[in-house]
Formats: sequence, C-alpha cells, structure tokens
Amino acid sequence: MALLQVDNMTHYFGGLRAVNGYNLEIEAGQIRGLIGPNGAGKTTIFNLITGIYKPTEGQVTLEGQQLVGLRPHQIASLGLARTFQNLRLWRHMTVLEHVKQARYSKIEYGLVGAFFGTPERHREEDENERIAHDLLELVGIPQYADNVVTNLPYGAQRRVELARALAIEPKILFLDEPTAGMNPEELEQMMQIVRQVHQELGMAIFLIEHRMRVVMELCEIIQTLVFGEVIAEGGPEQIQNNPAVIEAYLGKEVVT
Amino acid sequence: MAVTSETISTNRERLGSLKARISEPFVLVPILGWFLGALVAVLLEQLVGLPLSRALGMPRIPALFGVVIALQKPALFPSAILYDLLIYVLPIVLVAKLSASPANWVAARLFNFRPWVSVLLHISLLYIILHIWADISDYRLLVVRLIMVAILWTLSLNIINGYMGEFSCSHPGFIALGAYGASVFTVGLFVNDNILGAALLPESLARFMFPIGLILGGVIASLGAILVAIPSFNTRGDYLAIISLAFMFMVKSLIENLEVVGGPRGLGGQPDLATLPTVFIWTMLGIWIMNNFVRSTLGKALNAVRDGETAADAMTVNTRRTKFTAFLFGAFWAGLAGGLFAHVIRYVNPSTFGIQMLAENLAMVYFGGLNSVQGAIVGAVSINLLGEALRPLEIYKWLVIPLLLIVVMITRPTGLISFTEFDFTTIIKPKQKPEGEV
Repeated sequence: MALLQVDNMTHYFGGLRAVNGYNLEIEAGQIRGLIGPNGAGKTTIFNLITGIYKPTEGQVTLEGQQLVGLRPHQIASLGLARTFQNLRLWRHMTVLEHVKQARYSKIEYGLVGAFFGTPERHREEDENERIAHDLLELVGIPQYADNVVTNLPYGAQRRVELARALAIEPKILFLDEPTAGMNPEELEQMMQIVRQVHQELGMAIFLIEHRMRVVMELCEIIQTLVFGEVIAEGGPEQIQNNPAVIEAYLGKEVVT
Repeated sequence: MAVTSETISTNRERLGSLKARISEPFVLVPILGWFLGALVAVLLEQLVGLPLSRALGMPRIPALFGVVIALQKPALFPSAILYDLLIYVLPIVLVAKLSASPANWVAARLFNFRPWVSVLLHISLLYIILHIWADISDYRLLVVRLIMVAILWTLSLNIINGYMGEFSCSHPGFIALGAYGASVFTVGLFVNDNILGAALLPESLARFMFPIGLILGGVIASLGAILVAIPSFNTRGDYLAIISLAFMFMVKSLIENLEVVGGPRGLGGQPDLATLPTVFIWTMLGIWIMNNFVRSTLGKALNAVRDGETAADAMTVNTRRTKFTAFLFGAFWAGLAGGLFAHVIRYVNPSTFGIQMLAENLAMVYFGGLNSVQGAIVGAVSINLLGEALRPLEIYKWLVIPLLLIVVMITRPTGLISFTEFDFTTIIKPKQKPEGEV
C-alpha cells in the first residue's frame, strides 16, 4: 500500500470546480512533481491534502489513516510537512525559534513544565535546540540561527521554511514552488539541498514547480494538471514529449 | 520628508552619544551595586529625610520624588530637585560606582555558587529596599502595592495583546471577576458583613486562606475568559475586539445587578490581607511563571499564531489550544491581580472596572512595549507613577499622559521596550570589561 493515497478527490469553491477526480499515490522515499499552468489548482491540491480546505468529495489516507476532516496541525503531526509558495515566516521570531516551533507536537512537558520550568522542560528544549541546529546545518544556514527572519536574504528565508518543515520529521514533504523568485545561483543551491535532504533523511517529496528544469531533474514521476484535472502522468521524458502538455503550456499550433 | 528624517536621525545619534557618555563610567556596575546604592539611599532618607526636607522648606518628606509638592507650590521646585539629588541620585551613583568591584566579586561568587540562590538574594534585596522606601508614608505603601498589582495585569494583558497579538478589551472584566471572587471568599468567610452575613471562620485563619481566595478569583476569571476564547477560534482583529469589549460590559452589568454582592453600591470591608510582602511575593511569582511560559516553545506558539496562523497550523501548532491557553492564562493572572487589588483598596465597586480602567491598562501595555516582560514592568511603573505624581494637575493629568503616549507611539510604534526576552539570570550576572582586557 502506498504511503500517501488520494482517491478521486474533487473540490468546489462555490459553483467553481477547482479540482476534479484527482488521484495520487506516493510511495515511501519517492520524489514526485506536479506541474501545470497558473490557476490550474496545484496549490489547492496541496491545501486539500494538508487540511487547510476540506475536499468536497474523495479520500486522503496517510499510511492507511484517513486525513479528511482532521485539522491541519493534526495532519502535520502525522508526518506531512509543507512549505508555502509565498513565504509564510513569523516575522518577529528568530531562525532558531522557527525550527524549534515546528517541534511543537513532539513536546511532552505540557503546560506545567512551561509554567514552572521543570527539568523535563529544560531537557526537551535543549534536545529540540540541538535538532534545530543540526537542521540549520543541513540546509546550510547555521550562521543565521539567532537572526530575526525578516533581516535575511530571500534565498535564506526559503531555507528557513525548509528547515522548519523538516523539524516535523515528516514522512512526506510538500514543497510549493521551492525555487520561486530565485536567481540561477540560488536555484542551483536549492536543488542541491533538496537532493541532499532526500538522500540523508529519505522521506518522500511532492513538489510543485514552474521551472521545468527543476522538475525534470529531481522528479521520478510527474503529473500535469490543467483546470483541476490531471491530463498526463509519467516520467520526465514522457511528460516532455506529451503533446497535451505542450499544448497546455504553449498553446495549440494554428494551421492555416 | 528627507530633511525631517535626517534631522531625526542626527538627533538620535546625538542622543545616543550623550547616553553613551553618561553611562560609560557605569558599564561595570552590576545590578547588585545599584541595589546597594538604592539601599543606602532609602536608609539615608529614613535617617535624615525629615530634617532635610524641613531645612529645604518642605512640610514633610516628599512622597513621590517631590513632583507633587513642586506642582502644588512651584516655589518649592528647586528644593524638591535638591532633595532628590541629595537623597537619591548622589548616594545611588556614588555607592554604585564605589562598590562596583566588590559588588562584582560578590555577584560572581553568588552566581557561580547557584544562579537561583543569587536570584533569590537579589529579589530579597529589592524587597528590603521597597519596604524601607514605603515605610516613610502610608501613601507610598499604597502606591507601591498598586503599582505591583498593575504590573501583574499589564503583563497578563501583554500575553493576549502583545504575545498573541489579539486586541482584547476584556481585561477589566477579568479583573472584576477576580476581585469579586476573592472578595466574596474573604468577606463571606471571615467578616461580619451586612450583605454576606456573619463570619463563618475565625479571622485568624484569613491570612492562611487568602491564597486560596486569590486563586479562586483567578479561576473564576479564567472561566469567564472561555466566553472570549471560543469566538477567537474563528474571529480575529476588530471583530474579536468588539466581542471582548462586549464581555467587559457584560461583567460590569452582571455585577451591578447582582444584589448578593452589593450591586452598584459595591462591596467593602475586605480584611487587610494584601500587605506589602504578600503583594510582592505574588507579583514575583506571576512574573516568574508568565516569563517561563512565554519563553517555552508552547508559549512561543502564541507568537507563531500572531505572525501567521496558517503557517503555525501547518507546523503542528495546535492553534485552538494555544488561543485557549493564552486567554485563560492571561485571565487567571488578571483575576488574581484583581483579588489583590480589591484587598489593597479594601473596597470594590462595579464602576471601577469600566472603560477608564481598560484605557489605563492598554496604555500601560502599549507604552511599555509589546511582547516584552520588561516592557510591561516599565509601562506599569511609569504610567502609574506619572498618574500619581501628576495628581495635582487634576483633570489636566489626562491631557499630559495621553500626549506622552502619542509621542512614544510616534517615535517607538511598538512601545519603549518591545520584542525582547527577559532573563533575570543574565541581568544579575557580574559585569565584565569588554572582551580582550578581562
């Protein structure tokens, strides 16, 4: 059985059908991609699976556990982490605090520990701090640990989001356009980091991308979404040469 | 635009260098040294305060640094200044400067022994200073206790408005619930009262049962806060502000119509339980627990909810639990402080807990600084001291203080000391020379 399985998911915004009969199966350790023109419904699919929206129809299961109806933080604690297309960092918090915050569901000291500063709390906070430092090392920004995020360069902010998502210890990582707005150099570094994260931590990755190069190089299987429907699914080669995909992106050649 | 911002920045630089020049000789003075200086100052006042004030032409020892006297009789202004210089400024500065190196040595020994022992000693010293200072007059005693109560409710409001970033207006309601809860407990049990009947227990027990009464008040306020916490799951910003404002009025009219607790006439005759040590201990306990909370990951979740709820949710933070905790926790301390307040004043009246109290509370929070324990303390102390010191201006007091608030908001939009972390152990650390010459 697949790690994450989405069956026949459909979603309406009022009368508008945003996603229609979407299916997905991700095996452990796999990297999959989702491409499609603007407004195709890619981020909506992310939001549906991660619980921000509730699908009108369909099933979503993670390791056999039903996800539909759970609140986003519950789904995240089950091991489904994500980053956002438009950075959603907490503007007054430091980089280290960001990563530690994502350990929230792992905290066992409870409110008593929080109020009275029990030894248990100090032990857990120290442990989480160590993990956070390791993750910052992994994504290559240990030097920014004590900076407030708003003072960081854009590429570093993206990496904070990634490190924060990794702190959940996800089984699947959802990346919503991880290279959006990056210059070629930052893009290269980001791809390197994603590869390295995948190699070292071995979780499955599901990513949305606009840049063909990134998707083609990283992903094993790619889905193409147009107007909420999957029009093609397959390896990078197949997708690149699929006439329906070319048509969706470049438009139909008009023969006169 | 460019010109003004430039002038402001050069002004700021000049101010900064002035500040540096004044503070330069004192960078090596540890907090212990300042406490010693303050101790000498308050002892000096006990010994020679009265003769000195007489000699300077003042009828008695100026209660609040002579501001009141100077405002009532402007002719005495130089005397007041001279008194402050001789009794406070000179002794504190001299002792702090001269004791710097022995104080550093003691502070280092204490700190290396056990940091918490050092913290307790510092707090005890602070208490002794306050006690001696407040011993001069009943008025000072009252002001000190009211300021400490205000610190508690400013900090608890900061939890909701600063750390979690909701604009809650329900704080006077929480304070009222706590004040009445604790008052009904103590008056009902230990006092022969017209409204609540004869005492059920001997008054000698009151001292020991008082903490129970205070906690009861806090719990009642927490229960009330559920009414605001639940709407906060789906509502933010202006709408929640209106809901919380409605809550405040609900509590006020509830008490006004509740004849059992005296209705609009209020409830008086609380036993004299909120003594200086009691209020001091509860204030320190409150600061300690609230500071512990906001520094833990569970407490930082408040900041995450404030700065981006969707992201917080996606990062496993249980946002509903976080909001619920923040409201109930903040309300608990507001209620507890309300209980203390009722026993300091020894009379409560529903009209106390209205819009005026809300305005003062909000002013203390936003003046002192959002998301900061130091800010809450600074805000509570300064607004309260100002309020008391400017009393001779009568109604014009409420022109001066808001004006000051506006100026602060223009220059520092988030308050005097905002977005900081409070760590008492680093404050009491011995001061060392800048690295390289240790």
